[in-house]
Amino acid sequence: MRNLVILGGGTAGTMIANKLRHRLDRLEWSITVVDRDDQHHYQPGYLFLPFGGYTHEQVVRSRHAFIPDGVDFVVGSVEKVEPEQDVVLLDGGRELPYDQLVIATGTTPRPDQTPGMLGPEWRRSIFDFYTLEGAEALADALAAFDGGRLVVHVTEMPIKCPVAPLEFTFLAEAWLRERGLRDRVELVFVTPLDGAFTKPVASAHLGGMLDERKVHVETDFMVERIDDQRKVLVSYDEREVPFDLLVTVPLNMGADFVAHSGLGDELNYVPVDKQTQLSTRFDNIFAIGDASDIPASKAGSVAHFSVEIFVDNFLEHIAGRAMTGAFDGHANCFVESGDDKALLIDFNYDTEPLPGKYPLPVLGPMDLLKETRTNHLGKLAFRWIYWNVLLPGRPVPLPALMSMAGKNAPTTEPDEQEA
Amino acid sequence: MPTTTIGSNEIHVDDEGFMTQYDEWTEDLGTALAAQIGIEMSDEHWKAIRFLRSDFTEHGETATLRRVTTLGGIPTKQLFTLFPKKPAKKMAYVAGLPKPRGCV
Repeated sequence: MRNLVILGGGTAGTMIANKLRHRLDRLEWSITVVDRDDQHHYQPGYLFLPFGGYTHEQVVRSRHAFIPDGVDFVVGSVEKVEPEQDVVLLDGGRELPYDQLVIATGTTPRPDQTPGMLGPEWRRSIFDFYTLEGAEALADALAAFDGGRLVVHVTEMPIKCPVAPLEFTFLAEAWLRERGLRDRVELVFVTPLDGAFTKPVASAHLGGMLDERKVHVETDFMVERIDDQRKVLVSYDEREVPFDLLVTVPLNMGADFVAHSGLGDELNYVPVDKQTQLSTRFDNIFAIGDASDIPASKAGSVAHFSVEIFVDNFLEHIAGRAMTGAFDGHANCFVESGDDKALLIDFNYDTEPLPGKYPLPVLGPMDLLKETRTNHLGKLAFRWIYWNVLLPGRPVPLPALMSMAGKNAPTTEPDEQEA
Repeated sequence: MPTTTIGSNEIHVDDEGFMTQYDEWTEDLGTALAAQIGIEMSDEHWKAIRFLRSDFTEHGETATLRRVTTLGGIPTKQLFTLFPKKPAKKMAYVAGLPKPRGCV
């Protein structure tokens, strides 16, 4: 009997367990999924919680309900992996030997990494919305907010779901308008990037949407610390951004056990081949989803598309054959823009988000890089798809690799920046 | 791919002036590129640039500020002093490496 151990029962880990249980002989392979708790969160739902959009129950289910029969689900914290011995050590001393290991423990916001963030103002005037508790606490703070400087802030890239801070800003702007508070609020978007987003065409488009909404954008801002007494963000080059209510995206890091095991880079992400996601150092360790260092968005859609490629590759790998699938970094994200509209972006390692139609050329029905109500309904519908189709590993009728069909390539670069 | 001439060297660059051929770079060229953006190279500047050059050969990507700080041992604050305002991009420009991916 050979052992496949999957660390992490989130989007990637759960999908892999479901897909591989169907494909691996039960007499030959055991599959074990380890997670530190039994709560699976629909993380895209966090975005709507601060505005009263979803309830707690709509975004939390038990993990084991999505783990198939024939897979062991172990609740426990990983202390470390010993890659030379092919064994995982859990807190409390339990050992899980493996033949193949998948690290799918994601990435986590770490407010402790920025001085002043996790101080007395945390969840009083400083909030995050990338945790359920943070999003719920922010809902209360927003309900009591009656004006001042609302600052949305990204600490450092990469972050999980890189469009979410923009979505939050658009939703906050619309929400303030609806409540008749917009004139009493100064909205500021603070980013370490040189524009609203990472890719030129989308950055120009989304930056224009911030301008239209009179959101001031502070670029190239690398936060050094938060002065919680004066309520200001302070950058390494000594710029200051004052706030009354700060909604920050803390530094994101991979799991600590990755560092303890000597398997991580400077942010605890596992270096892997970007096409197969096999560790660059160990022939029986893969990292899938946010846990790896691939230069793609840390997002559920990337986890989903990469799992599709990974499963076939994995079967070839354990049969001793070369892996023939190559993941292209495909990401596909709805971007909420307020007033019940959303944009859709579709891109990969080499192709930035472009305007056009998706998934079918001309017919769509989704418009790329354009605000429509259909896209918003698509985003809302996705929660059902996530719980009922995606996690159980059922086929989603979207190609795993990105297609250029329906996309309009730019004729000139919109973006000229200094060095 | 456009080319440009710095001193007596013709080099391949992208639309924003970042060099695209790792092997076309020399330390003299680094000094000239730094001068283009108003930086006079010191030992501290070179420590950062040499880290970026060697890290690129191992890692295949231009190092982020955090990587230069964590693995190269140069505090972020100092990088902002050495390469003011946009240290990640300026270091990549001087080191003849691709513009850092802001990530994605």
